[in-house]
Amino acid sequence: MPLLKTVNLRKQFGETRACDGVNFVVNKGEFLSLVGSNGAGKTTLVNLISAHLQPDSGQILFDDRDITFTTVTDRIKAGIVRSFQIVNLFDGLSVFDNVALSIFSRDGKAVQMAALADHDYDVRRETIEVLGEFGLTNKLEVPAGGLAQGERKLLDVAVAYALRPRLLFLDEPTSGVSTHEKAQIMDTVSSVVRRGMVTAVVIEHDMDVVFRYSDRIVMMHEGSFLADGTPDEIRANKDVASILLGAPLAS
Amino acid sequence: MKPDPNAPRDHSLARLAAAMAPVLLLLILLPTFVETYQIQLVTYGLIAAIAALGFNLLLGYTGLLSFGHSAYFGLGAYTVAFVVQRLGPHSMEFYILIGIPVVAIASALFGYVCVRHTRIFFGILTLAISQVVYSLALKLYWVTGGSDGLRVPRPALLLGLLNFSGPRGFQQFITSYYYYVLAIFVVCVVLMWVVVHSPFGKALQAIRDNEVRARFLGLRIRRFRWISFLVSGTLTGLAGILWVPLNGLTTPDVLYWTFSGEIVFSALLGGFRNFTGPIVGGIVFTYLKTYAVATTEYWQLLLGVVLVTLVLVLPTGIVGGLSTLGLRLRKGRS
Repeated sequence: MPLLKTVNLRKQFGETRACDGVNFVVNKGEFLSLVGSNGAGKTTLVNLISAHLQPDSGQILFDDRDITFTTVTDRIKAGIVRSFQIVNLFDGLSVFDNVALSIFSRDGKAVQMAALADHDYDVRRETIEVLGEFGLTNKLEVPAGGLAQGERKLLDVAVAYALRPRLLFLDEPTSGVSTHEKAQIMDTVSSVVRRGMVTAVVIEHDMDVVFRYSDRIVMMHEGSFLADGTPDEIRANKDVASILLGAPLAS
Repeated sequence: MKPDPNAPRDHSLARLAAAMAPVLLLLILLPTFVETYQIQLVTYGLIAAIAALGFNLLLGYTGLLSFGHSAYFGLGAYTVAFVVQRLGPHSMEFYILIGIPVVAIASALFGYVCVRHTRIFFGILTLAISQVVYSLALKLYWVTGGSDGLRVPRPALLLGLLNFSGPRGFQQFITSYYYYVLAIFVVCVVLMWVVVHSPFGKALQAIRDNEVRARFLGLRIRRFRWISFLVSGTLTGLAGILWVPLNGLTTPDVLYWTFSGEIVFSALLGGFRNFTGPIVGGIVFTYLKTYAVATTEYWQLLLGVVLVTLVLVLPTGIVGGLSTLGLRLRKGRS
C-alpha cells in the first residue's frame, strides 16, 4: 500500500534538472534505499518531500492527501521526518536534551515556559527509552558536540526517530564513519526502524550496505529514476552497474 | 546500567537555592555594615543585573545580539516619569503595574519586526529602532522634556505603607528601596532560571545551535525568537522602571545606543554563556563605571581598555573564566 506518492515532481536549478518529473512511490512498512551518484537528485527529492524546497511543478501525496503546498511543520505533524546528510545536532545541548526536545516538540510542549524540562517524567522516560534503543544511554549528559562521529550519526537518527514519524528519511546515515562502524550503525537503525514499524527511505552510497539492508532499491540518475526493484533485481541490472562503476560490470 | 527514568535528573532548583542562599544572606545583611552610598551603588548594580539578565536571554540562549536594548530600559524609565507627570499616585507598585505592559507591548511590536532577521541584520534593526525611540524622546520635548529629561520624585513603597519625607528621607528611601529591588531581583533570577530550564528555554538553545534542524523538529523558529525577544525586552524594561526612582531623573541618555553598548558590555564582562554571567557582569560593570568616572575624565578610554583586555584574555567573561579555573583545580586535585 503506498504511503507516499509523488506525481511528476519537478525542480530545476538554473539549467540543472535536479528532479525531472519524478514519480516516486513509498509503500507502508518498507525499508527503501535511494541510490545514485553525486548530483543525481536524491537529496533534492528528499528536500521537496520534506518541504525544505518547493517544487516547480508536480504533486506530493501522503496517505492520498495532497500535501504539495503544506509547511515543514504540517508535514512533521503528518509524520514525515528527515535527518540531514551532514550531522545536524544541537551541539551545546546534552545528548538527553537533543532527544527530549524532539519529544517536547512532537507533543506540543516546547512552548512551555513555566515548567522545568527535567521534571517532565513522561518525556524523560521516553527519552531514555529512545536513547536505549540507539545504545546511547551511557552518554546522557555528554554535550552532543563532544560525541564521536559514529555516536553523532546515531544520535542524529535518534533525534528524528523520537518524533515518531510514519515516514523517515535518512540522508546518508553512515557517511564519514569507518566500514566497521557503518555496519553497527545500520544494524541499529534498521532494527529500531523495523521494530517501530516505521517506513524508512535511506540515501546511501555504500552498495554493500544498500544490498544488505533494503527491501527495495530505487536508483536515480540526472534527476530521474533509472531502476527500481529488489536488491536481487538491482544487482542484475546492467545500467545500474555501469552508472555506479562508470563501466559495464565485468563478471 | 540503565538509568532510572524516575530519578530526578539534576537538582536544578535545589542547586540554584543552594548557590543563592549565601549570596542572598550577604546581600540582606549588607546595609548593616556599609554606608548609604554603597547601598545605592549595589542597588544600581542589581538593576543593571536585571537588565543584563533580560538581554542575555536573547544573546546567550537565543543567539541574537541586540544592540538596541536601551529602548526597553528607556521606555520603562520614561513610562514611570510620564505616569508621575500626568497620572498622579506616587506609588512604585502603580509604576510597575503601568510600566510592564508598556514595555511588553513595545518589545512585542519591535521584536516582531526584528526577529524577521538574524545575525548582523538583527543587530542593526534593533539599533535602528532604539535610535528612532531616542530621537523621539529628544524631539517630543513637550512630552519628554527633551534633553533635560523628566524628574521622578521618591515614590511610596508597598502601596503607600512606606513614605520617605523629612530630613532622613533619603537614607530611609535608599535602604528600603535596596530591599525592594533585591526582592524583585530574586524573583527575576528565579523566573529566568525556570525559563531557561523549561522546554521553551531548551528550544531556544536548540534554535541558537542549529536553526535548520530545529525547524525540522517542527519548531516555529520565528515565534520562539519573538517570545524570547518579548521576555527579554520586558525584563530589561523592568530594570528601567526600577532605575528611574533611584536616579530621580531620566534623560534621553538611557535611550542612546551607547547605553545599549553598556548592557552588551555587562553581559560580556560576566560571561554570556553562563546563567550567572550577566548578573555578575551588571554589578561589576556598575562599580567599574562609577569608579572609572570618578578617577578620570577619560573614563571611556579606561572602559575600552577593559573591554579589549576582556575579549583577548577572558573571552568567556568573569564567570566563564572562574568556572574554567574551578574545573582545572578540581582536575588537578584528583
